Amino acid sequence: MKTEHKAWELRLYVAGKTAKSITALNNLKKYCEEHLKGQYKIEVIDLLVNPQLAEGDQILAIPTLVRKVPEPIRKIIGDLSNEEKVLVGLNIIPAN
Amino acid sequence: MGFHHHMSTDKRNIKAKKSITALPKTPTGIKGLDEITEGGLPTGRPTLLCGDAGCGKTLMSVEFIMRGATEFNEPGVFMAFEEKAEELADNVASLGFDLRKLQDEKKIRVDHVHIDRSEIEETGEYDLEGLFVRLGYAIDSIGAKRVVLDTIENLFSGLDNQAVLRAEVRRLFHFLKDKGVTAIITGERGAGRLTRQGLEEYVSDCVILLDHRIINQISTRRLRVVKYRGTVHGTNEYPFLINRNGISVLPITTLKLNTEASTERVSSGIPALDGMLGGKGFYKGSSVLVSGTAGTGKTSIAAYFAAAACERKEKCLYFAFEESPAQICRNIRSIGIDLQQYVDNGRLKFHASRPTIYGLEMHLVIMHDLIREFKPDVVVLDPITNLITIGSVSEVKSMLIRMIDFLQEQEITVMFTALSLNTIINDQTDEGISSLVDAWLLVRDIEFNGERNRGMYIMKSRGMRHSNQVREFVITDKGIDLVDVYLGPGGVLTGSAREAQQIEEKTGAALRDHAVSRKDREILRKRSVLEAKISSLQSEFESAEEELNKIYLEEELKKQITEKTREEITRRRRGNS
Repeated sequence: MKTEHKAWELRLYVAGKTAKSITALNNLKKYCEEHLKGQYKIEVIDLLVNPQLAEGDQILAIPTLVRKVPEPIRKIIGDLSNEEKVLVGLNIIPAN
Repeated sequence: MGFHHHMSTDKRNIKAKKSITALPKTPTGIKGLDEITEGGLPTGRPTLLCGDAGCGKTLMSVEFIMRGATEFNEPGVFMAFEEKAEELADNVASLGFDLRKLQDEKKIRVDHVHIDRSEIEETGEYDLEGLFVRLGYAIDSIGAKRVVLDTIENLFSGLDNQAVLRAEVRRLFHFLKDKGVTAIITGERGAGRLTRQGLEEYVSDCVILLDHRIINQISTRRLRVVKYRGTVHGTNEYPFLINRNGISVLPITTLKLNTEASTERVSSGIPALDGMLGGKGFYKGSSVLVSGTAGTGKTSIAAYFAAAACERKEKCLYFAFEESPAQICRNIRSIGIDLQQYVDNGRLKFHASRPTIYGLEMHLVIMHDLIREFKPDVVVLDPITNLITIGSVSEVKSMLIRMIDFLQEQEITVMFTALSLNTIINDQTDEGISSLVDAWLLVRDIEFNGERNRGMYIMKSRGMRHSNQVREFVITDKGIDLVDVYLGPGGVLTGSAREAQQIEEKTGAALRDHAVSRKDREILRKRSVLEAKISSLQSEFESAEEELNKIYLEEELKKQITEKTREEITRRRRGNS
């Protein structure tokens, strides 16, 4: 992840290292490697460390995945256990 | 640690219960609400504020936060789940607060929670820790003591997993308690229950319900404390008003009959009327009803009363329900009183409104508000009968009881005028209302001899000697006066009949005087005639007596002579023999 600009900029909001957060991050990494290899950037934000960042992205649920780029912004909440839903939600594959 | 803490709290609670002071309370600063709840909302606990859309729950919670920040030095967090930033700012500005300034001063923090369902996909397990983080951060960043969540139920339409939401909302209430903030959580009224999502299940301390009804095309807002643990609260519905100063709840006074009764007197402004009232007028802080048929001068009496207060350098608040202030001033000027000067020098304030503009209770709330603001010594309500057009007699009566109680508490003397038609309904009104007031003046038309005059009766005046007499009530361009009526053999006479009677009386007296002197002379004459007769009779008697005496003497003389002669003869006969 040395290149500054990626086609996919993803941000995962967590609050501490909870089971749900860890599951979500692992799931996300797996899907990205499978479908967006080399084109993505994942930023993990721990709200317990940076609580002031929750308001900006309108975070309520934890974990929340935010697709910052490409626009429009999309959000997927939950531990991302359903691969198809995540891919559709991120517009990686079209909905059928 | 927590255990010990609870122990000591429990002990304190037990102690507190003994000294009657239960749950600590946080004043809202909202007019009337703190009186109803006997001190405010439970400190450090969430209160549920529910009601239909547009019932005023957002405004009430905004006011709670604003007053906390400005009046009680309690910073507050407003978490808005539905209103847009501008709308909230407008709401705050409408109450006369500067949201931006308060935010800059870190007294208020606003967080808009925006949930766009179309933006969000759900997959797998989640919780609402993000919301907790945000709220916790907002509270900690300004040291907030107050929190509003408006309306948290919007979460339920924004997210799918209802089970998670329920669990998290429950956790949120605990979270707020742990934070020790005094919170208001608003909820929209649901079918058959207080809130759509049953939030009332999570709140055990205090639940307040707001209601907005349209009755007879008149909007009425009401507030009810559904539940308040550890506090005796009325289950009554309290009307409230939203105006430029925020929310005003009207407490229904608990009819504490312990207000101190003043012995101070207040002039009615009409010396002759004061005269009828033991020479001094009404008691300060008492209530006076002036009732009468149309055109009997009720407003004139009220205007005199108002003017007298202003002359004493007191303040008078005049509620006009029939005429405009300009009309009243003009009409009263024609009988010699210039009310405008008092309006100009700020002692007299008119508040004119058509009764039909609001519901009864709104009127009451508005009156309360104005009285609290203007702080008058004397209040006039002219006429209260117009209020009956918007409420039943019993409603008006209960409103007046509340009004009178409120005024009595403040030692404000009040004069109501009431129009009585000669119908049964209004007789009832008179009776109903008159039992509430301390003094009742009745002005009645007395129709007699082809003219209409006014008679004033004091039907009652508690606690003072008052005249039981009818006075004729005269209005001229010089003002009002009460004239002693003439009590003739035919009853009370007024107007020209009185004048005629008075003239007749005067003539009568003159005639009588005249008659008396004629009779005196007659007697004198009769006496002298009689005396003359007596003296003539006497002389007649004397002459008769003389005559009788003469005869008697002659007889006596004759007898003597005869006897002498007989003796002579006898002697002579003896000597001869």
